[in-house]
Amino acid sequence: MTDDKGQTKDVVTLIVPSHPKYLYVVRSAIYPLVIEAGFPKKDARKIVLAVDEACSNIIKYAYEGDYTRTYSLDITVEAGRFAVELKDSGKKPDLSKIAPRKLDEVRPGGLGTHFIAAVFDRVEYDTSRGAGTVLTLVKEKR
Amino acid sequence: MKVEITTEKINAGFLLKLKGDVDMNSSSDVRTAMAEIFKQGRSGMKALLIDLSQVRYMDSSGIATLVEGMQNCLKTGARLRLCELSPPVRDVFELARLASVFEIFPTITDASSGL
Repeated sequence: MTDDKGQTKDVVTLIVPSHPKYLYVVRSAIYPLVIEAGFPKKDARKIVLAVDEACSNIIKYAYEGDYTRTYSLDITVEAGRFAVELKDSGKKPDLSKIAPRKLDEVRPGGLGTHFIAAVFDRVEYDTSRGAGTVLTLVKEKR
Repeated sequence: MKVEITTEKINAGFLLKLKGDVDMNSSSDVRTAMAEIFKQGRSGMKALLIDLSQVRYMDSSGIATLVEGMQNCLKTGARLRLCELSPPVRDVFELARLASVFEIFPTITDASSGL
């Protein structure tokens, strides 16, 4: 697909069962797409990690551990930019409680939101739909 | 995607080798392996060494498992030493800014010394 400026822009959609055993499928799909968008390998690994954490959060919090559901990822790949919209149909998050934890607290858990915020330039939760949440994550290459 | 876990008895305690992906699906297996080590090494274990050279991927649940391992080591007076961090593990440590919290060594030999 080509946009108004003649730039190539491709959208890849994944629909994934909410069982954590399929997280590696998401990671395996995301990595080459991030490389395709022109990011170096180290950045690509961090982007994969942050997307994986967002998927894990859907399984843990939106679906509360129900492994029988599905969620989707619409991934937009263009030169120097990677964007993904994650859509679930589960419990909406309390947006006032989503905050990266303090890193000086050495305790298990709570790191996923920090990774997402640290890696992506734009993190937006849309809970205005009838059911579920759309999480938009955008990373621009610098 | 599963993680392969190998446990070896060494002079100072135990060496845990992880191979594969440590994520939400597999970190509980690592936790179980560590619990077994703490059960076996209840007395006299000086250290638990964890070889991370073959870890292809680690997420926050993997980090959480290592933090739990460190806390359990502290309770028993043992040391938790991480060795040969693979590039993906280094990335996640960098993001979590936890590198200063753990004892990290370039090789298993280095990690085994001074115990």
